[in-house]
Amino acid sequence: MADSVYVFWLFGIFVALLAIVGFYCILITSNLIRTLIGMEIVTKAVTFLIILVGRSTGNTGLAQSFAITLIVVEVVVIVVASGVVISVFRRNGSIDVNLFRNLKG
Amino acid sequence: MIDDLVVNAALCMLMTAAAIWTVVTVRLLRAAIGLALTSALLTIVMYRFGSPLAAAFELSVCAGLISVIFVSAITLTSRLSSDRLNQRESEVLRRFWFLPLLVIIAGVILYKTSIPIEIIAFEGKTAAQDDVRSIIWNTRHLDLIGQIAILLAGAIGVVLLFKERKHG
Amino acid sequence: MPTLLIILPLALLLILNLPLLRAARRVSFWLCAVLALAQVVATATHMGGLIPDLGAAFDPYIVLQLRMTGLSEVVLLAIGIVVLASLFTARAMIADHDERFKFGNLVILAMMGLNGTALLADLISLYVFIEITAVSSFILIAFDRDSDGLEGSFKYIILSAVATAALLASIALFMMVSPDTSFAAVRAALAVSQHSFYVNLAAGLLLCGLFVKGGLVPFHWWLPDAYSSAPAPASVLLAGIITKVSGIYALIVVSTSILTVGGAAGEVIMVLGIVSAIAGALLALGQRDMKRMLAYSSVSQVGYIMLGLGSGTALGVAGAVFHFFNHAIFKSLLFVNAAAVEGSLGTRDMDRMGGIASKMPVTGVTSIIGFFSAAGIPPLAGFWSKVMIIIALWQAGHQTASVVAVLVGVLTLAYFLSMQRRVFFGRLREGLGEIREARMSILVPAVSLALITVAAGLFFKPVFSKIIMPVGEMLVK
Repeated sequence: MADSVYVFWLFGIFVALLAIVGFYCILITSNLIRTLIGMEIVTKAVTFLIILVGRSTGNTGLAQSFAITLIVVEVVVIVVASGVVISVFRRNGSIDVNLFRNLKG
Repeated sequence: MIDDLVVNAALCMLMTAAAIWTVVTVRLLRAAIGLALTSALLTIVMYRFGSPLAAAFELSVCAGLISVIFVSAITLTSRLSSDRLNQRESEVLRRFWFLPLLVIIAGVILYKTSIPIEIIAFEGKTAAQDDVRSIIWNTRHLDLIGQIAILLAGAIGVVLLFKERKHG
Repeated sequence: MPTLLIILPLALLLILNLPLLRAARRVSFWLCAVLALAQVVATATHMGGLIPDLGAAFDPYIVLQLRMTGLSEVVLLAIGIVVLASLFTARAMIADHDERFKFGNLVILAMMGLNGTALLADLISLYVFIEITAVSSFILIAFDRDSDGLEGSFKYIILSAVATAALLASIALFMMVSPDTSFAAVRAALAVSQHSFYVNLAAGLLLCGLFVKGGLVPFHWWLPDAYSSAPAPASVLLAGIITKVSGIYALIVVSTSILTVGGAAGEVIMVLGIVSAIAGALLALGQRDMKRMLAYSSVSQVGYIMLGLGSGTALGVAGAVFHFFNHAIFKSLLFVNAAAVEGSLGTRDMDRMGGIASKMPVTGVTSIIGFFSAAGIPPLAGFWSKVMIIIALWQAGHQTASVVAVLVGVLTLAYFLSMQRRVFFGRLREGLGEIREARMSILVPAVSLALITVAAGLFFKPVFSKIIMPVGEMLVK
C-alpha cells in the first residue's frame, strides 16, 4: 500500500478517542438511555477500527463482512436493551440509574 | 493523496466532535440525533475507505433504524419524566464539559506517541476471494446462520419485553 | 453431527414459531426437551464412536467449518445436560403455557449459541455465537420483568457490551497481521509476526473481554446480580453453562489454539485464577441470599479452572476441562435445589430457613452431594478434578498456587457447611411446618445430576484415561 506506516496510527487515534467518549458517557450518566447511547459510540469506534484495518491491509472483503455482521448483531442488542429500558420505565416510572440499586455487589 | 488524507482526517475530527456533542448535550432527543450524525459521518468515512457495502449497512441500520429505536424509546419513557430528573441531568451534564478537554489531551498524547506498524497487504489472494459478497455467501455460512438466530432472539425479545405484562 | 447440532435447534425454533402450530404449544415445550436429550445421547454415544455422522448430508450445501474435538464433546455433553435440567425446572416453576413456550424457545436459542461456541474455529464466528447466547440470556434474566431481573439484565447488557467491544477490537487487530480469522490462520500469523505492540494489545483485549464474560475477579461484580435476579430456571442455565462456555471455554480454546499457554498469558491467567478463587470464596462466606452465595462460589470455582489452565501442562489443562464439566453439573444441581427451596418457601434468605431437610429429604440429600463435589470430598467427581489441578500446579513448579488451591478448598467446605447448616440441618424453623418436597419435575433433574456427579467420581479411572487426559494432551501440544 502507498500508505505510510503512520497512517494507521493517525486514524487509530480517532478510534481511541471515540472509545474514550463512549466509555466516559457510560461511566458518568445516570440515565439508562444515555448509557445505551454511550454503548453505541463505543460500537462505532470498533466498526471504524474494523474498516480501517480492512483498508490498511487491503482485505476489505473480510472486513466488510465482519462489519456487516457486527451491525446486524448490534441492532438486535440495542432493540433488546431498549426493551429492558422500557420495561424498567413501566415498572418504576423512571429511567434513572440511581433508583436501581436494589442489588448490591 | 495528501488531499485525500486531509479530507479523511477532517471527517474523523467532525465525527469525534459529533460524538462529543452527543454525550454533552442535555436533551435526550438531541443526543439521539447526535448519534445519528456520528453514524452518518462514519458512513462517509467507511465509503471513502473502500467499504461501500458496509457503509450502506451502517447508514440504513445504524443511522436509520437505531435512531428510530432510540427516538421511540425516548418518547415512550419521557411521558412522566419529571422536572426533577431533568434538573439533576443538567447538573450532571456540567461535568460533561470536562470531556472535550479530555479528548483533546488524549488525542495530542496519542499523536505524540505514535507506534508505527508495517502494513502487510494480503495481495496474494485472488480477486474473487476479496469480493465481500462472495465472502459472505460462500465462506461464512456459520455467521449467516448465527445472524438468523440472533434476529430470532431479537424477535422473541421484542414480543416479550415490549408487551405489557398481563398480571402485576 | 456438528452441523446437526447447529441446524436442528434453529430449524426446530423456526418450525415451532410458525403461526399454524399455535395449538401445539403444549407439546412444543417437550419437543425442546427432546432436542436437548437427543444432544446428550448423541454426544455420549459419539464419544464412544457408536453413531455415524448424520449431518454429512448437509456438507455439499453448507460450509460451516466446524471442528469436533474431544474438548467440544465434553462441553456439548455438559450443555445438553444443563439445558435439560433448566427445562425441567422451568416446567415446575413457570405455570403459564405461553410463557413456558417462550422460555423454551430462548433456552433452545441459547443452546444453539453454546453449541456453536463449542464447535467453531473462527474468531468472527466466536463473536457471533457468544452474542447469540448473550442476547438470549439478557431476555432470560429479564423474563419475569420484575425490578431485580430488569436491573440484573441491564447490568449484564452493559458489561457484555464492554466485553464485546474488547473482543471485537482484538479481532480487528489480529486482522492486521492475519489474512483470515480462523484460529489456525491467526496462530500461524502470530508465529511470524513482528508487531509485538499490536499483537500484545490484541491478545490483552481478547483475554480481558473473555475475563469479563467469565466473571473473573476484577470483572466479577455483574455476575451475582445476574445470577440471583434471574428466574430460577434461567439461573440454572446461566450459572451452569452460559457464562462458563462463553467466558471460560472460549478462554481455554483461545489460549490453547491461538496464544500459547505457559507464556505471559499463562501467568496472567494464573494470577487471576488465584485472586478469583480466594475472593470468590471469601465473598461467598458473607452472603445471606442462597443464590448469591452460589454465584460467588461460581467465581471461586472458575478460579480453579483458570489455575489448571494457567499451569500449562497436559494434566493441568485436563484437570481444568474436567473441573469445567464437574462444575457445570454440581453448580446446576445446587441451583436446581435453590429453585426447589425457593419454590417451597418463597424466599432465598438463608436466615429464614432451617431444618428443612426433614421436609424435603430428596432436595437435602442431592444438595449434600452437590456441595461435597464442589468442596472436593472424595470420591465425588469434584475431588478428582481438584486433585488433578493441585498436582499439576505442584509439578509445574507453582507450589504457592497449589497450596492456595488446597486452602481455598477448606474455605469452600466452610461456606457450604454454613449454608447446609442454615438451610437444611438442625431443628425445623417455626412456621415452616407446611412446606412440602418440591415437584417431580424438579426432583428428576436434581437426582439425575447428583447421580452423574457420583458416577463420574466412581468411574474416574476410565473417564480419566479415555476422555479427560487425551483432551489435555491434545490441547497442550
